[in-house]
Amino acid sequence: MSEILTISNLTITPKNALSRVLVNNVSLTLSAGKTTCIVGESGSGKSLTALSVMGLLSSQLQARGSIKFLGQELTSLDNKALQSIRGAKIGMIFQEPMTSLNPVLTVGYQIGEALTAHLGLKGAALKLKVASLLQQVGIPPARANSYPDELSGGQRQRVMIAMSIACEPALLIADEPTTALDVTVQAQILQLLDELKTRMNMAMLFITHDFGVVADIADDVIVMFRGEIVETGTKKEVLTKPKHPYTKALLACVPDAEGKKQLKPIDYAWLKDKKAAA
Amino acid sequence: MSQENLKQVILQAKNLVKTYTQRSGRFGFGSTKIKALNDVSISLKAGSTLAVVGESGSGKSTLARCLLQLHPFDSGEVLFQGQDLAKLSGQALRDVRKHLQMVFQDPFASLNPRMKVGEIVGEGLLIHGLGSADEQKEKVHQMLKRVGLEVADAQKYPHQFSGGQRQRIGIARALVLEPKVVVCDEPVSALDVSVQAQILLLLKALQREMNLSYIFISHDLRVVRHIADEVVVMHQGSIVEQGAVKDIYNAPQQAYTQQLLSAIPGRKAA
Repeated sequence: MSEILTISNLTITPKNALSRVLVNNVSLTLSAGKTTCIVGESGSGKSLTALSVMGLLSSQLQARGSIKFLGQELTSLDNKALQSIRGAKIGMIFQEPMTSLNPVLTVGYQIGEALTAHLGLKGAALKLKVASLLQQVGIPPARANSYPDELSGGQRQRVMIAMSIACEPALLIADEPTTALDVTVQAQILQLLDELKTRMNMAMLFITHDFGVVADIADDVIVMFRGEIVETGTKKEVLTKPKHPYTKALLACVPDAEGKKQLKPIDYAWLKDKKAAA
Repeated sequence: MSQENLKQVILQAKNLVKTYTQRSGRFGFGSTKIKALNDVSISLKAGSTLAVVGESGSGKSTLARCLLQLHPFDSGEVLFQGQDLAKLSGQALRDVRKHLQMVFQDPFASLNPRMKVGEIVGEGLLIHGLGSADEQKEKVHQMLKRVGLEVADAQKYPHQFSGGQRQRIGIARALVLEPKVVVCDEPVSALDVSVQAQILLLLKALQREMNLSYIFISHDLRVVRHIADEVVVMHQGSIVEQGAVKDIYNAPQQAYTQQLLSAIPGRKAA
């Protein structure tokens, strides 16, 4: 099993308030062909962790630590060098496909941009590759001439996926890619991502707040709470035998489709006592 | 929730039809009619929760707004305790509206940022002229405490609160008039799962205490399973299937309902 990405001791703080730690000492490893879900509530630092991998952190924030991608240290690269990796070896998908797509360009053109920039494809070869990508994500190739507003939310997210896998990345980062979608569409997109991951042997970093989604797509799970990783394990370990009190508490909040579970909100004061005792 | 109480229908919609006209064709010169509600009938029993589920564009939010007479509809009727709401106007409609309240999805957008929490929660009392100023203030304080906020919070502005606290303010605002029916339009969709659990439990507790009847609009079938007694499944403006939650979840009859239920994330793994 080959390691694609290794984050060691990543700490993120605002530049003007270095004592406020947003992400604290996070370390993780992603392997080829595996989906790792980072799950946590808002403010847990899950998105910041993903953004720092892509070098897309806000200029107001400062990241310390090491991010090694295919043996290369990303934190020491300049923006130009990062650009040649982003969109080529690291693909990205975000939550809201409409805000990620340019409304005045056809989707075919937008998928083609990465191919031209990174692989130098042009003309008929480019057209052919775009058509094949659309087909791979389940959109009729004729839709290459459509504008984003002519597509449904699910189709737009498929276009985003086509863009992100265009250059056959080693790592795909998906930040809440199905949160804005209807449940039936969500199920389709999750299945598509899972198939692509397996077929292209990608490492996938999947950010979500939904344990149901975790159960569907994850191989490994990382639980974050207030900027720290509180638990790591395989999907089965974390979902069925959680060790950390926060993971247990978070799972107890999730309603199940069978309605058997007694919902229990998190008692933060109790968690704090527990932490102090430990 | 006594047995007799359950049998009594408090709010009923009969054959609601609502069409929107949308511009279409080149430069929007043409128009197409979209049926947002196509012959929709539901009935809510006193003290119970009726969930309306569906995907975006299914008409569930339009239904919520039509029930409260916030949207005009083309035909059909809405009966509250047997009274046709469309036939009421002016003071009579205002009197009934006191009993029909709404909790909105986005606790950031639905609270006036220039008003203090005390004013937001107390506005309904003021409009309906219920009690003296002191009594109103007392009532607002009671309500804030009841939803898990503090009396001092009445002096604060909405931006000083987290999403979950704002939703508590929205609930206090709706419940201060002691309504009979509360329409909750995706009340927990914008919240973290731990906050979602808090709000769901709060809604359940308030329902028991105040004998409230809920219409609960949601796209999240896991949440609905926990809060609802009965469920209505909508798709493209029509009701596909309705019945007791247990029956629908355990033995869905319609293909669309089956599809929705099997798409619930985490089901395969469970």
